[in-house]
Amino acid sequence: MLLGAGTIPVSCLAADDLTVELGGLPVLRGVSLSVGAGEGVALMGGNGSGKSTLVRALLGLLPHQRGAVQLFGLPLRSFRQWSRVGYVPQRSIALLGGSKVKEVVAAGRLAHRRPFRPLGRGDREAIHEAIGLVGLSAQLNTDIAALSGGQQQRVLVARALAGHPDLLVLDEPTSGVDLEHQRVIADVLTERLAAGIAVLVVLHDVGPLGDLIDRAVVLSEGRVAHDGPLGDLGQHQRRPGGHQHLDHGRTADDPGEGAASWLGGAVEP
Amino acid sequence: MIEILSYPFMQRALIAALLTGLIAPAIGTYVVQRRLSLLGDGLGHVALAGVGLALLTGTAPIPIAVAACIAGAVVVEVLRQRGKATGDVGLAVLFYGGLAAGVFLSGISGVGAGGLVQYLFGSLTTVTVGDLRLVAVLAMVVLVPTLGLAPQLYAVSTDEDFARTQGLRVRLYHIAVVTLAAVTVALAMRTVGLLLVSALMVIPVAAARNLVRGFASGLVCAVAIGVITAVGGAVGSFYANAAPGAFIVLLAIGVFMLSWPLSYLLRRRRAAALLPDSMDDDELVAPHTVTESHPHRHEPGCGHPAVQHGDHTDFIHEGHRHAAHADHYDEH
Repeated sequence: MLLGAGTIPVSCLAADDLTVELGGLPVLRGVSLSVGAGEGVALMGGNGSGKSTLVRALLGLLPHQRGAVQLFGLPLRSFRQWSRVGYVPQRSIALLGGSKVKEVVAAGRLAHRRPFRPLGRGDREAIHEAIGLVGLSAQLNTDIAALSGGQQQRVLVARALAGHPDLLVLDEPTSGVDLEHQRVIADVLTERLAAGIAVLVVLHDVGPLGDLIDRAVVLSEGRVAHDGPLGDLGQHQRRPGGHQHLDHGRTADDPGEGAASWLGGAVEP
Repeated sequence: MIEILSYPFMQRALIAALLTGLIAPAIGTYVVQRRLSLLGDGLGHVALAGVGLALLTGTAPIPIAVAACIAGAVVVEVLRQRGKATGDVGLAVLFYGGLAAGVFLSGISGVGAGGLVQYLFGSLTTVTVGDLRLVAVLAMVVLVPTLGLAPQLYAVSTDEDFARTQGLRVRLYHIAVVTLAAVTVALAMRTVGLLLVSALMVIPVAAARNLVRGFASGLVCAVAIGVITAVGGAVGSFYANAAPGAFIVLLAIGVFMLSWPLSYLLRRRRAAALLPDSMDDDELVAPHTVTESHPHRHEPGCGHPAVQHGDHTDFIHEGHRHAAHADHYDEH
């Protein structure tokens, strides 16, 4: 709907037959997926199913052994328009401690900036706007290490939003965030989706973000086990709180079979 | 103070000290951020190989030491990036290889290992006009990118993955940081000496972290501490007739030690603003408000202000006090 008549719709993010090995072991085995403009796609699956590996491979942070990744129609290798991409990594602020919230978020403008140029007025506005969107305006000058886990998570979301990306890739952006602020993040993403950006979000619990998900891609043991509407995933998975919980807590003691059983009829053979 | 400036050798010494105090903490901020605090120490060993080579060939030591140091730094960084320097063994081989080569080369040059001593501990008062020119030029080479590329260097030192998704050439920036650190180390062999330069890259940064909040303020504060201790140490050593390098580093450590009680006072003042006046630790009967799980584990030094509360420690957090209690947290 955002593309002019006659143009071929191009996926913002597409993977074709992607295989990634870590330390010689295959983690992703022939994964294909695509996310279009204005589309909200959830990436789900149990622990160790390859969600984070896929996200990192899609962004070129991990090399892939086979297959191809395209960002906005360009092969990853020749893609340079990084200002169009926003990334929210899994929360890990090991080296970010000692930085003010606004310093962390300012890093989200780097793809728009040239070296040796100071922060422009537009950059400042984008930084303050993004921090306001996640409800942390009062913590602008707070050390990120002094914030709660949920607040830190919102800082990382703000950092990605500050770049005004056309594609937003979020790795468990709501983990550790209270319900009220999950809704805040959901509202921001809904508004951005309506503006036409593409969203790929790794989720454990669907929670308030469920409303903005058009499609769920479920990984199981490095393969796509389901790619379709969220509602197609077994209704019996709904928890009393109204949230879908898509991880049956596969642990080291209980490997394997979990993924197939909890997906019920949605699993393709 | 007037007297000291009337000696040309002291004028040169003070300028050299000033420049060292300026650049060492500036580049040191990024090195410390990347948890590479001992990199400077290792590069000092490599620089000795350069000095040995200079003694053998009878050339000026600084340029050769700079070249040796840069080569060593780039090798270490490339090994690290390829995941081959894990366990620090590769680093150790390179660093002790540098030290051994330095001693070996100075030995066969006829000068002997004793000729290395002035580079190990610095010799501020023998800085020549030629040395000073080179130091000034290279100091600018270090200072311009450390300040001008601060946003980029900050991003790659704090969150490599995110920096990459901003299109930054992370590997190149990492190599730039270690190269600039190498230049700094080689230059400092005339001022604080190769064995002590790492102290000036790390200690002002650590002290600044205790005193101010934020990365940019930390950088500025560290540079200020570096300049004050370097110039102060040079002046002090003139009057006390002491070794300037050692004096400078001891002064920096003094500032660092003072920064601890100061940071405690600063944190208490910030914490006091959060607590209502009526809260008295001994009289307050804490309601047992339980919060089930908590994603962040509070512990001393986690950044949340700590308050002693009877038999346990509370951590101030989002305007209330949080205490670990068995497997959950009580909110006080």
